[in-house]
Amino acid sequence: MSRKPDPMSWRKRDDIASRPWRGRAREYDLFKELTVGVVVVGLLVLGLSAVLSSPDDPSVTLKSWASAAPSDFVATATAELGGTSDTAGYGPPYNTTADASQKLGPIDLQTFSGVRIPVDTANDFVINPLKSLPAPSTAVSEWAVGTDKQHTDWTAAYSDALSKAPDNDPAQVGRGDYGPVPALTGALLTMAQQGALDGVLQANGSFYSTDYTPSILFLGDGTYFPGLADTAHLTGDQWGMMNETGNYPGQSWLWLFSFLYQVEPVKSSPNADILVVSIMVLLTLLLTFVPFIPGLRSLPRRIPIHRLIWKDYYRRR
Amino acid sequence: MTADGDPGTGIEAEPRFSTWTGKARGWMLHRLPPDKLLPEDQPSYVASWIYVFGMGAIAALVYIIVSGCVLALNGPAWYHVSGLGHFINSTHLWSVELFFMFMVIHLWGKYWMAAWRGGRVLTWITGMIAFVVSIVTAFTGYLLQTNFDSQWIAFQAKDALNAVGVGAWFNVANLGQILMWHITLLPLAVAGVVALHVLLVRMHGVVPPLEAAATDAQLQQDLPDSAAGEGKHL
Repeated sequence: MSRKPDPMSWRKRDDIASRPWRGRAREYDLFKELTVGVVVVGLLVLGLSAVLSSPDDPSVTLKSWASAAPSDFVATATAELGGTSDTAGYGPPYNTTADASQKLGPIDLQTFSGVRIPVDTANDFVINPLKSLPAPSTAVSEWAVGTDKQHTDWTAAYSDALSKAPDNDPAQVGRGDYGPVPALTGALLTMAQQGALDGVLQANGSFYSTDYTPSILFLGDGTYFPGLADTAHLTGDQWGMMNETGNYPGQSWLWLFSFLYQVEPVKSSPNADILVVSIMVLLTLLLTFVPFIPGLRSLPRRIPIHRLIWKDYYRRR
Repeated sequence: MTADGDPGTGIEAEPRFSTWTGKARGWMLHRLPPDKLLPEDQPSYVASWIYVFGMGAIAALVYIIVSGCVLALNGPAWYHVSGLGHFINSTHLWSVELFFMFMVIHLWGKYWMAAWRGGRVLTWITGMIAFVVSIVTAFTGYLLQTNFDSQWIAFQAKDALNAVGVGAWFNVANLGQILMWHITLLPLAVAGVVALHVLLVRMHGVVPPLEAAATDAQLQQDLPDSAAGEGKHL
């Protein structure tokens, strides 16, 4: 006995879905429909643009950060020097920090990709910009001759002292063995407040540069920039992917991507990003290849939304 | 073309082509004859609001491309300093929002119609690819706003891309790289996939209703018009 063919199959067979339609037809004008569509959508686009406009909050600069939150700037610069910032401990593609990459079981694509965008936070974010000044601080030379242990001890002691100072104010830090760190971070703060650091960090020694990686990473290591994003409801735990600055819609089509970050066990997983991306890739593949998946491809027959779509056809059968 | 028919019998033979060009033309004419490419009628069941959203998405795509071309004339930072630029940027944003709204409704409409039936699986798959490539294109557009939002998106989005090893090659903080993807590679991909999708729709036609049967009134050739509703027979 032969099996009855699946009416939901993608295969071309000798059935009504596969054959050219030989039944009743209605007049249709492709170009007219396209013209009407372009006119209607055009009116919608122009109307929405005229009434609602679009958001454009100015970007944050290293200058604006250093001016608005100098304590946060100095604390972040200290962490960059000491190699304790988020970027310094990020792992590939920025550096080789051990056990920093996200994994899916034994799969470690982050490490596999390698360090293709090398970032040395102490040198790239602090020391080299200070070296570019016409008269670099003597603290730069003092740092250069210091040992790795001294670097670690100085920055750790200064970070600790900053966290204990009133308002984390560098000017109110108690005495301690901080080596050249206060002078370095103070000089970098001045450089940033004067607006010189933005250009130096982004240009990275050349005239042309369209790569903002160092500036973005440095900004993100502080608390000022993420704090502004939090106020604007843009962070991951606020469904930020779907939001825009102001009350504008963001990438609302990423709702499921954003949703997955809100639920356990993804929410608190150290591998949240690779988990979410993997789930989304899997779901996208399922939807793409749904015609080949028995069960999923039969849902449209079991949940008869098609009865609404083709109600005229079914009424006239 | 080597033969048009047999004059002795008067029977029109299938045209035969000997060159690559001729064979390609023959293949295209066979798969997509002009009356299928630019039809003047549709099956009677193509009568629902759900059918307008595919065309709506294409109309929105037209505005995305036009507004994007105007923005490209002056570069990504123009709209910060020009009222006209800001308005064009707004039309770019809202045409994208409408494009996705129409495309998502179109996609789910086609799912509930099981529109892959009858050899239309490639139409479904190209539609899904168009959706995915459009998401990537829109994402790169958000990265190009050169304002606070794009800064934050670049900072946040790097983690997902780095976690799967993509960030090492596709650096969201590299404005130059993202700009080139957004204005050349990805629009070409979207336009190409959408064009292929539309051609496949024209080649295979609109999928008939689920459970349509040869006994349905709309498939009876000899029914009077009053019994079968409006229209004519194909």
